[in-house]
Amino acid sequence: MELLLAIIVGLLYASGIYMMLRRSLVKLIIGLILLGNGANILIFLLGRIVKGKPPIIEDSAKVLTDIYADPVPQALILTAIVISFGLQAFAIILVKRAYKVVGTDDLDQMNATDEDL
Amino acid sequence: MKTIIFKTASTYLLPILLLFSVFILLRGHYLPGGGFVGGLIASIAYVLHSFANGLDRTKDVIKFHPGFLMPVGLSLSLLSGMAPLLHELPFMTGLWAHDPVPVLGNIGSALFFDIGVYLVVVGVVLTIIFTISESI
Amino acid sequence: MLIAVLSGFILALSLPLTGKIFKGKLSVLLSALPIILFAYFISFMPEVGEGRELRYFYEWVPSAGINLSFHLDGLSLLFTLLITGIGSLVFLYTSAYLKGHEYLDRFYGYLSMFMGSMLGLVLSDNIICMFIFWELTSISSFFLIGFNNENEESRKSSLLALSITGFGGLFLLAGMITLGYAGGSFSFTELLASSALIKSHELYGLILFCLFMAAFTKSAQFPFHFWLPGAMAAPTPVSTYLHSATMVKAGIYLLARFTPVLGNHPWWNNTLIIIGCITMLYAAIHALFRIDMKGILAYSTISALGMLVFLIGLGTDDALLAASVFIIVHALYKATLFLVTGIVDHETNTRNITRLSGLNKVMLPVGITSIVAACVSAGIPPTFGFLGKDLIYEATLHMGDWSPWLTGAAVMTNILLVLAGFLAGVKPFVGQLPAEFKGNVHMPYTLLWLPPMILAALGLIFGLFPVLLEHSLLYPVVTSLINSTPDFHLQLWHGLNLILLLSTITIGSGIALYYILKPSEELLARATRFEGWSPKSIVLLLAGGFSKFSGVWTSLFQNGYLRYYLTTILGFLSVLVAYKLFQGVNIYIDIDSLSNITIYEAVTMFIMAVAIGFAVFSKSRLAAVASMGVVGYAICLIFLFYSAPDLAMTQFSIDTLTVILFVLVLYNLPKYLNLSDTRDKIRDGILALSFGALISIIALEVLNEPVNRETSEFYAEKAYTEAHGKNIVNVILVDFRGADTMVEITVLTIAALGVFSLLKLRLKNIEKE
Repeated sequence: MELLLAIIVGLLYASGIYMMLRRSLVKLIIGLILLGNGANILIFLLGRIVKGKPPIIEDSAKVLTDIYADPVPQALILTAIVISFGLQAFAIILVKRAYKVVGTDDLDQMNATDEDL
Repeated sequence: MKTIIFKTASTYLLPILLLFSVFILLRGHYLPGGGFVGGLIASIAYVLHSFANGLDRTKDVIKFHPGFLMPVGLSLSLLSGMAPLLHELPFMTGLWAHDPVPVLGNIGSALFFDIGVYLVVVGVVLTIIFTISESI
Repeated sequence: MLIAVLSGFILALSLPLTGKIFKGKLSVLLSALPIILFAYFISFMPEVGEGRELRYFYEWVPSAGINLSFHLDGLSLLFTLLITGIGSLVFLYTSAYLKGHEYLDRFYGYLSMFMGSMLGLVLSDNIICMFIFWELTSISSFFLIGFNNENEESRKSSLLALSITGFGGLFLLAGMITLGYAGGSFSFTELLASSALIKSHELYGLILFCLFMAAFTKSAQFPFHFWLPGAMAAPTPVSTYLHSATMVKAGIYLLARFTPVLGNHPWWNNTLIIIGCITMLYAAIHALFRIDMKGILAYSTISALGMLVFLIGLGTDDALLAASVFIIVHALYKATLFLVTGIVDHETNTRNITRLSGLNKVMLPVGITSIVAACVSAGIPPTFGFLGKDLIYEATLHMGDWSPWLTGAAVMTNILLVLAGFLAGVKPFVGQLPAEFKGNVHMPYTLLWLPPMILAALGLIFGLFPVLLEHSLLYPVVTSLINSTPDFHLQLWHGLNLILLLSTITIGSGIALYYILKPSEELLARATRFEGWSPKSIVLLLAGGFSKFSGVWTSLFQNGYLRYYLTTILGFLSVLVAYKLFQGVNIYIDIDSLSNITIYEAVTMFIMAVAIGFAVFSKSRLAAVASMGVVGYAICLIFLFYSAPDLAMTQFSIDTLTVILFVLVLYNLPKYLNLSDTRDKIRDGILALSFGALISIIALEVLNEPVNRETSEFYAEKAYTEAHGKNIVNVILVDFRGADTMVEITVLTIAALGVFSLLKLRLKNIEKE
């Protein structure tokens, strides 16, 4: 299963980068999101995946003794997911505004906007 | 989307979802859940309500601008982190009541911290979504 | 002492405020500062003459071993007197020379800043401080050379001077740090004690190289000499002060200062002798082809500096004495000649010696001054120059096997210097006064001709009564150079010997050449034909090439297109990582260690892969956003399968919200553009796929490595016992790493505020359209 996940991570990275290399702003954002997802799964995968053993202590026990999924990458990813929402919202609105102000979403034509404004 | 069924359903869904979000928030320390997820569920509840009834109605339900939740939540988290300073302990040291409270379990500064996170998340998501809906 | 050093800077800083007062007739009052300082340093003469060294210590950055510690020994005293003495005269002279100039206050500001930094340089005991003051002199020189900043030539010259001396300054810093490392201290006095250690240190060669680069650039030694003639674009007082008497001597000072520490080693001596020889001959020959008075003086200055380097390179007691005397002699006559040149330029508006002659008829005192200075320069008895020349020959004659050659080079140079001195000092004043100057050339202001006259007179007086300097100044100077008590006696008449013969030959051939060789435009033109070969042209060529190269480089990589930046970064990274992977790492996947694939996992993965493909290749934005949502939910399922319920919940909610967000703004977003052609797409696709493949391979490689679970075990143990929580992920978030979460929610708040302000606050002008 790890093999499949590794391939999916590679696929997410590849698609994210491909989208970021396009000239359209909207594609750039989609690429950014895909890349973020890829990074999340990469961290998750490298923390080793375990089936059916969430890092939660049993009612009766005081410490985790059995095999359990690593909580540290999970905490990291949880933070990353929430932050990425803020980032995406901001990026989308920025694109929307930029499009409205500059009148183009071709990244190449946004080079010289400083003078035009 | 503004069908009668959806509209009626959302009126009942809102309180139920909110209750559920608080439940998720409170159980976070022992079972899956917590401030982040709870806050997200609560904001989804409001977003759903606004889709069914229109933004203005939802705003009437909330009564104040959701943006105010952000500073409130931030200060609650900060205060819960600073509480240990009164006992001359380092910043963010966990403080716990001696006896568990029924329903809620152990009460400690971490719980208030999580409530702060909950409020900030609700505030942030609703501010973003509402601002965007309004400006279209 | 600190005040004495800093007073120049204080005056410079106060001039922008008080400049208006001093711009007019009061400017002469500013000369009070150097005069007072001169008197102050003169007052140390008796004490230093008795062989004492004065020390002053002020703490500055003790942690880095950098302190404002000053010491005053013979060598420092000699230079402080030159700086303040000539400084006083130059200050006086300037008030008349630049009378009524718009930026006179600015000029004085630069000048006093320069004086302060020069004093700091020669008084510093701490070698890092020495470097700082050294750089300050370069900077103030830059301002002074470029003082006529409306003139392009002047701007170019100042830039050239700054880049050459600044280039040397970097070497000085490197050299000083290496020296401090090798000698274990930044204090000169302590370095002096560990001289033997430094000389046997493995870094000795590097220290020498850095120090020489610094000294040669500053003192205009071959092949770095070319900035000095250009620097003559500065107003004449500056040329006098900086480019003949003081600043260019800073390199000489540096070499002299470090002679007792680093000297007396074959590398030291031979390099200095060779470079000094080349410079003095090369520059002296060059001087003959100039017709501009300042140009002649500039090249003869370079030649004299070469002579000084050469003498320091010889390194014997005789040679060092000769060097100390020659420093004084040169300062006296060269400053005089420069000041006279300034007068001539000021009165006749030309410095072309082919046009100038007979000026004695209108300005006799200036003429006498100039001729005396030329005699000092030529070393005609009984001037001080004669003594200087004698000492030089004495030094070269005692050099064993090599002495005929060394003496020959010295005689050769001196002959040419005699000639140069006469061309600049005598020629304009004798002969017929050209008709064009009759009537409109007048006697200059007193303040203009008095300072050079004082200097010329000193050249004569010291020659007649060398005793004046012998004990008070020269003994301590030589003491600080050779680090032991010197034994010499200065006198004009040594009796009939080889030295006298050489002196006579020098003067005789010099004067003979003066009558034979007539400088002309033709000679100048002939000399300029070789410009293409000169170090200056080579450096300029290099500099031009470098800036062109930087331009190409910048426009290649900083082209303003995001995707090219990304392509460059990713392409480079891929190649680098791939290279490393193919080189050393075995690509090995342990199938057994991987968990089994169940059918629902496989289906999830398949859905995800299809959704990703759809998100990338779909032509419709809505379809792309929908497939993004599918990708998100699939990830959510993955989290659920692999024991991360918290993540699954969060991912689910966030994904829902993201899709809502996109749908809300979708129709306000631009339509997809399809701008790239197929070739671009294939190229980007290959890059993206190869990078993705690398990530996959790296991930698999990492999975083969053992994992360190120390951190998670810590949390697993303490979660309940210390933080009273059983959901460890949540405990980490709200308790163990609570401060991080605190910051995170702050960031979220900022993002929300950003969105709010982007949408609610209108950019007024643009929005109205």
